[in-house]
Amino acid sequence: MADHAAQAVNFAAASKAALQDSELRGNFRRAMDGLMTKRAVQFADGQEWHRMRALAASVRLRALSKLPELLEQLETNLTRNGIQVHWAATTAEANAITLEIMRKANATLAVKGKSMVTEEMHLNAFLEDHGIEVLESDLGEYIVQLDGTMPSHIIMPAIHLNTKQIAHLFKQKIKDAASTGEDAAALTDLARRILRQKFMNAGVGMSGVNAAVAETGTLCLIENEGNGRMCTTVPPVHIAFMGLEKVVEKLEDVPPIISLLPRSATGQPITTYVNMISSPRKEGEKDGPREIHVVILDNGRSSVYADPELRDTLRCIRCGACMNHCPVYTKVGGHAYQAPYPGPIGKILVPQMEGLAKRGEMPHACTMCNACVEICPVKIPIVEIMGRLRVEAVRPGTAVKDAGAQASRTEALVWKGWAAMNSSPLAYRLATTALSTVGNAAPASLPLLKDWTNVRSKPRFAAKTLHDLARKKGIPDV
Amino acid sequence: MDRPTPPPSTLATKPTKVYFFGTCLVDLFFPDAGMAGMELLQAQGLEVVFPQGQSCCGQPAYNSGYRDDALTVARAQLDLFPGDLPIVVPSGSCAGMMKKHWPHLFHGEPDEAKAVQVSSRVWELTQFLVQVLNVQLTDKGEPVRITWHASCHAQREMGVVEEPKALLRQLANVELVELKREKECCGFGGTFAVRHPDISAAMVGDKLADIEQTGAKRVVSGDCGCLMNINGALEAGRKPVQGQHIAQFLKERIHG
Repeated sequence: MADHAAQAVNFAAASKAALQDSELRGNFRRAMDGLMTKRAVQFADGQEWHRMRALAASVRLRALSKLPELLEQLETNLTRNGIQVHWAATTAEANAITLEIMRKANATLAVKGKSMVTEEMHLNAFLEDHGIEVLESDLGEYIVQLDGTMPSHIIMPAIHLNTKQIAHLFKQKIKDAASTGEDAAALTDLARRILRQKFMNAGVGMSGVNAAVAETGTLCLIENEGNGRMCTTVPPVHIAFMGLEKVVEKLEDVPPIISLLPRSATGQPITTYVNMISSPRKEGEKDGPREIHVVILDNGRSSVYADPELRDTLRCIRCGACMNHCPVYTKVGGHAYQAPYPGPIGKILVPQMEGLAKRGEMPHACTMCNACVEICPVKIPIVEIMGRLRVEAVRPGTAVKDAGAQASRTEALVWKGWAAMNSSPLAYRLATTALSTVGNAAPASLPLLKDWTNVRSKPRFAAKTLHDLARKKGIPDV
Repeated sequence: MDRPTPPPSTLATKPTKVYFFGTCLVDLFFPDAGMAGMELLQAQGLEVVFPQGQSCCGQPAYNSGYRDDALTVARAQLDLFPGDLPIVVPSGSCAGMMKKHWPHLFHGEPDEAKAVQVSSRVWELTQFLVQVLNVQLTDKGEPVRITWHASCHAQREMGVVEEPKALLRQLANVELVELKREKECCGFGGTFAVRHPDISAAMVGDKLADIEQTGAKRVVSGDCGCLMNINGALEAGRKPVQGQHIAQFLKERIHG
């Protein structure tokens, strides 16, 4: 059995609390309904959807099929372009690299555009512990930071809050917020004024990366608010963070991704800003940072890559559409997962990164309805991977971190018994006859039955099984 | 690796004989739905064979991480369906397990070829009634308003979306009012319902609200897992709506 040093995250308790919050449930239901509708409009033409999706999936598959070579090529070309490359095996290494860059730049303030990798790293907390202020500049991230919480969605970090709640938060946390009321435009304007000043003063700007092009050494970053471009151009130093799977082979591989990503995520055909970053400020240029650094993070990704079936996890382009369409996510919201990546992609990615001892329950928080698989723009077999991780959770000795963490002798015995009953016609007949005869006498207070009967009546065994009825009716057996 | 649903089974000629795989849930909880399914097929002039040795497709263990046990159970079904007759299943979920997941489950096993051959002959009941038999139904029942609950696996593993609704629309006195969120899961999910009971309860709660807003008297579905969940919740909430398997509903309508 695996070492149980890692404490299991209690998803059940957090989701129960979330389910009792009717305002939260309303916020998610409204927002996700809207997002699903907007996405559907973008893909009204089924043939076009299949074509775009096949193309994007092939781009990601091709990149993954030559990942090691492409990463080397990317490093060579980024370096040639004057962009400094840093490799980090762990989040601790990535944090240390970041701190080092900030210290060299004498920077005490960083402004940050959206980056999920920095959420994996818990970078803000780390830098704050070292006396460095980090300000989130994406409006949603800014709100979440003000609130002292974490993003509840990878694309729309503050989607769990409604305007009223945001207005209340601003009033509590920002001096000048008294006059804004609950007007979304006024609230946004206030945030913009505060952020503008910070952009001017920050020594470092930080961002994520949507795609890194190996053949040209270009970092592609898409966003809607212009804050990404501010972060990557105004401060003298720019640090971009990417997971090592974000590389693509060619420049022409970018359009399929950046046209599918916003369509899938928010139902936009394209984002307001598409940034292609290919070098720091050159001699004679009037803007741009004087230094650009890229931190390329592994954090368990190479182990994911090593398994041909699990590798598909790394196709993800982080559009978040799987969350929008997940019936579990839309009920419990993002915070219940207590993870940087919630929802379906989180349920397969986070357990592989953080291990099954801590995250073994995540792959089970799924009805396997396949709604995510149906809309994933790069065709990740999310539910297949979920099933595979359920196997790993009860089977020690495989490559997945903390495999076997949920192994239970009792559960294994129950399934053995179930298999024995269902693989012998005689045993099956005896067992089903017994259930039909006395099964209904089982008290509703039995452990698993109790969970069922909390909101449902007890399932009733029929007096005669289908086997009995078919026999009686003379339906032939062969 | 992509594991797409294999293309629908195809048949060169209309068969005269079929196998029926009843599924364990139907066997124990909804045997009348199973009988109705067989009677619908017989009404089309088909001979129906119900191998008495059958039990379960193996899905419960497969989805719980116990693939060896799933394999043991799935394997016990293989020899019961010799030849090349179609195998009709009154459940999108069990049909999906047999059609989509068996080839993967048996991959590398000595009986892989046999499993793939059996798997390739699997049809979901309404899919078979519409695509192969092209059944035409005459409604003899009283006017009624119903709604349709689509099972996730019928839709997304078997690709069965329109077939059951097409059958229901053939019934002159049946008004079919579709759910607002027809594609949304009811929260059953096999062991999910008891492993995450609170989330499952919230999901079935939303489904009930959707069903109620249609004003339907009945909610018809093609999967008994969903029906156990939805009916259990309808009953516990004392709602005036009842869930019924589509086979049973169709049989009642054509008999009046």
